[in-house]
Amino acid sequence: MLTDILQLLIYGILLGSVIALGAVGVSLIFGILRFAHFAHGDLMTAGAYFALFFMTATGASIWLAFPFAVMGAILVALAFDRVVYRRLRRTRPVILLIASIGVAFILRNAVLAIWGPDITVYESGIKPPLRFLGLRIKEDQIAIIIGAVLLVVLLSLFLQRTRMGKAMRAMADDPDLARITGIDTDRVILWTWVIGAGLAAAGGVFLALDTRLQPTLGWYILLAIFAATILGGIGKPYGAIAGAMVVGISAELGAGLPGVFGADWSLTSYKPAITFLLMVAMLLWRPQGLIGGKA
Amino acid sequence: MTLLAADKLRGGYGGADILNRTTLRVGAGEIVVVVGPNGAGKSTAMKALVGLVSLREGRITFGDEDVTGLRANQLAARKLCYVPQEKNVFASLTVLENLEMGAFLRRDNFSARMEQIFDLFPVLKERRKQAAGTMSGGQRQMVAIGRALMLEPRLLLLDEPTAGLSPEFTETIFAKIVEINAMGVAVLMVEQNARDALAIAHRGYVLVMGQNRFEDTGPALAANPEVAHTFLGG
Repeated sequence: MLTDILQLLIYGILLGSVIALGAVGVSLIFGILRFAHFAHGDLMTAGAYFALFFMTATGASIWLAFPFAVMGAILVALAFDRVVYRRLRRTRPVILLIASIGVAFILRNAVLAIWGPDITVYESGIKPPLRFLGLRIKEDQIAIIIGAVLLVVLLSLFLQRTRMGKAMRAMADDPDLARITGIDTDRVILWTWVIGAGLAAAGGVFLALDTRLQPTLGWYILLAIFAATILGGIGKPYGAIAGAMVVGISAELGAGLPGVFGADWSLTSYKPAITFLLMVAMLLWRPQGLIGGKA
Repeated sequence: MTLLAADKLRGGYGGADILNRTTLRVGAGEIVVVVGPNGAGKSTAMKALVGLVSLREGRITFGDEDVTGLRANQLAARKLCYVPQEKNVFASLTVLENLEMGAFLRRDNFSARMEQIFDLFPVLKERRKQAAGTMSGGQRQMVAIGRALMLEPRLLLLDEPTAGLSPEFTETIFAKIVEINAMGVAVLMVEQNARDALAIAHRGYVLVMGQNRFEDTGPALAANPEVAHTFLGG
């Protein structure tokens, strides 16, 4: 039974890693641009499909296609910022939020129009999972967890050590003061999109690698991403990572535990409901996030 | 030599004018204090100088340049730095990071300047790794002033630097302002602690309803019976 629970924990960490890559971006964008970016899930989808495009066009492996997917998603995000979000910057956040829902639809339908509605995978064929101590994990899944940890460490170094990273944190603290101080807020916004979209693409590729590729890939995980962002305290990227792990692990544990304890029913199809409950409970009891003080 | 000349400023938020032909001048190396009752438009005047309040009329020159309508960041690049009254530190950043952000516009090495600021405010050096938001009001004010000094301003604009501070901290801040001035930085500040502020000022203005009411040297204003009776509490 302990093995079964550990197995669920591994799946939870895996799901949490993917959610974290999306949630960090949502959190940064909220902190700096002050709106909930609803197109973030579809940005992940776009990234995942860019990787597929590169692989079919060149025959390269998924890891070679990875940088291409990241670049593609960054360019898409910068284009939408220029054409849509930048024009709305001086309006209210709710207008930007609604605009981002529009962008989400555009992205998803563009993916549908270009690649079609069929479910695909990067590489067909079944790879047997590695086994140790009775636990099962695929090589891809190990790569995903290592990749996510690596990206989070890089992000942390960027935010803590570089001039632009510090400026991003400063602007998230107080955009008016950042402007008065002479921080180049346009460059900060540009970097926010580069990092947010780059990590989103990574998350999208990882998610597609672990599951399958479909146009609704990112849209379906957006709820979990928002839940993680809220759990971590909106606008706090480190909190979002912790929140993502809580969401990922509780979704997998919640769905799988009844089976572990011998129930003949399963909550697997209720994973989004578990996430949603977590998010609502959080908003009611600790809207400022799990860690830290006032919002 | 006049460093800053703001002539007949008229403007405010939305419809009503808070400033009614307000005129302020600061000479190079001067400490100038603006006092007046609540709602006189003192803070609004500061904000208008750095482009945070739109002007309907008036002209602002800094050095030889017409800077009317320029934004705070453009003025910071011209070495006119503004410290707001509230929310004047990056709360989640450390003291050191706050100072580094103050130097964002600088591309040269600013470590010597940072040492100068640490000499001026030794407590900032002791607490350089502490998040600015967790510090006391007086220490936050030091962080805010230190951050503005990183650009080596010619003129420092302070909006009520001692608001909400204990008497000891108020005294410390005023003493530091005199030290900063001795470093060659002109200071224009708005103050509620009018008597103490006028004591260190070369010149002062009394603003009432957005209009200049009195203008004199600091000691003379403090000694003026009408000013004292009406605005300095007897």
